[in-house]
Amino acid sequence: MAASSAPSPTAKTGRPSARPEIADLARDPELATRVIGTMWRIRLFEEAVDELFARGLMHGTMHLSIGQEASATGVCLAMREGDHLTSTHRGHGHCIGAGADLNRMMAELLAKETGYCRGRGGSMHIADVGTGNLGANGIVGGGIPIAAGAALGLQLQGKTDAVVVSFFGDGASNEGAFHEGLNLAAVWDLPVVFVCENNKYGMSMSTELSTRIANLAERAAGYGMAGVSVDGNDVQAVYEAATKAFDRARSGGGPTLIESVTYRWKGHSKSDKNLYRTREEIAEWKEKDPIAAFLAKVTEAGTLTENQLNAIAQEAKDAIRESVRTGNAAPPSRADELLSAVYAPTGGSK
Amino acid sequence: MTTSVTPSVAPAATENATGTRVITYSEAIREAIGQAMAADDRVFMLGEDIGIYGGAFGVSGDLYHRFGADRIRDTPISELGIVGAAVGAALVGSRPIVEIQFSDFTCQAMDQIVNQAAKIHFMLGGAASVPMVLRAPGGSGTGAAAQHSQSLEAWFAHIPGLKVVMPATPADAKGLLLSAIDDPNPVIVIEHKLLYRTSGEVPVEAVPTPLGKAAVRRRGDDITLVATGIMVSRSLEAADALAEQGVEATVIDVRSLVPFDADAVLNAVKNTGRVLLVQEAVKSGGFMSEVAARISESDAIYSLLAPIGRLCGMDIPIPYAPQLERAAVPQVEDIINHSMNLVRNS
Repeated sequence: MAASSAPSPTAKTGRPSARPEIADLARDPELATRVIGTMWRIRLFEEAVDELFARGLMHGTMHLSIGQEASATGVCLAMREGDHLTSTHRGHGHCIGAGADLNRMMAELLAKETGYCRGRGGSMHIADVGTGNLGANGIVGGGIPIAAGAALGLQLQGKTDAVVVSFFGDGASNEGAFHEGLNLAAVWDLPVVFVCENNKYGMSMSTELSTRIANLAERAAGYGMAGVSVDGNDVQAVYEAATKAFDRARSGGGPTLIESVTYRWKGHSKSDKNLYRTREEIAEWKEKDPIAAFLAKVTEAGTLTENQLNAIAQEAKDAIRESVRTGNAAPPSRADELLSAVYAPTGGSK
Repeated sequence: MTTSVTPSVAPAATENATGTRVITYSEAIREAIGQAMAADDRVFMLGEDIGIYGGAFGVSGDLYHRFGADRIRDTPISELGIVGAAVGAALVGSRPIVEIQFSDFTCQAMDQIVNQAAKIHFMLGGAASVPMVLRAPGGSGTGAAAQHSQSLEAWFAHIPGLKVVMPATPADAKGLLLSAIDDPNPVIVIEHKLLYRTSGEVPVEAVPTPLGKAAVRRRGDDITLVATGIMVSRSLEAADALAEQGVEATVIDVRSLVPFDADAVLNAVKNTGRVLLVQEAVKSGGFMSEVAARISESDAIYSLLAPIGRLCGMDIPIPYAPQLERAAVPQVEDIINHSMNLVRNS
């Protein structure tokens, strides 16, 4: 039992300000509450946008991470104040995990002026610099070298305690950006935690067809960095691997590649007809629901009561409903400032 | 022909009364970087062989010894990674200066330049900016052939979110770079390989050349020559020869493609009634196509006595053989001939 091992969270991000021991999440009431709340917010946020899209009330496209909530939640739980992250096109979970404001996220997806990007970015470009989230990314692998560079910048600025985590998928591990970004981080001992969320498919191409190795963490050896493969649907396993990797990065031990093996229940994007995988396979992975699995552990340990668990879920539901309500009520994004929005104003930046 | 900017023989680098002295284009760049790094700890440089080697064209020179390996950072041959690293460092408050060894190699880094650096400020609704500089030598004339000799400035000028400059003199090599380093946006600085060893007056102090202002290098009433990069010095040389034939040319050094100082061009065209647009880059889809369009859609078109002239590189890859390479891009005599044709036929 590692109860009360977590230091009190800071106001800005809710992250601990000092090094936590690796807690047993299912047995720590405070952390269990936080983990369950985060996973529900991710799941319910995405179910809500899925529904809004299906009803024609949301524009564009989106990439859902339903089924992968433990991966984002476990990694972000290991983040501390001053840490940064780069995310992907499938980035709602990372954004919420890092502590983003659901109202501003939903407003962005609803193309409103009050959204994180004032309606200029949408789902694939949400950033929340206040929580260190340097942005989702529409380009597969695009965030990987950026994460290495952010770590380099922080290191040069003497912020030796800061770590940058870079989320990307199995598909990105076949991009040149993966190779260049990991190699740079390795040769410069940069404090980066590379998290490859292997959800088995790069759009329709399975990892069996796209690589010749059984587990993508093996690629770490090619860069002389530590690599570990974990069950990405086990929030405890992800959190432990991430905490060790963050500690290694913070103590000057350089980058780590974590492969978080998981599965997306929904299609790649809104155009996906799931022709490349079977119903049975999807059903099999739904049996490994990361939220249900963690709830079972918490219940079994008697850490939280059924009423408490229901209250956490209800709180998440209410927060999502509120985000849709405020988002719908918000003013639409404005076209009259577009031309002046391309460049940061000169003069006041120094 | 010669490619040097005045004067062709550099006197000793002694400071004169106006606070300038003659140094080379490459020394001017190095001086700008050194002064910016001394003034601001956030500024650092990264690129291939810029450390102990001193840079493929010798631009970084002794900076490695002055500032150390952390801030004059040698990189593996990883252009995408290098530019991505600069984007990331810029996002967290550093001021990276990337050197890409040849501008052709930006092709390896296009995602980070075009999809990331250029768009982040806009996509994020202004929540972040990318204050980085990407320096790269462009242009032909060294016998390095098709993959080391291109003039790709139009690509960058076509991407909203990037600023693009092409210094044509040592003073601007320093001044534009200082402005680029100070700018909160990604700035692409296209230097010219043949200009690195040319000399000119350069302020001793860190005097920035503002982005978005063209320079009128010469004034004349008969024709306007609008030029970029190496074509500025060739146009000035051509203008001297034209003057001997009684034709006085205004020569405009665009120097900042984005933002572009359209007024400088339009005003000159209105005055001279004739214009020849001169670039080294291939003709089709080039930056001078944009300049021609700006003239065409403005009231300057009513002042034209002759059609807008464009003198550009041939629509071919740069060839290896010296006589072929020379034929591929405008030379001084080409500028003279085209200018005389425009004047004679109007």
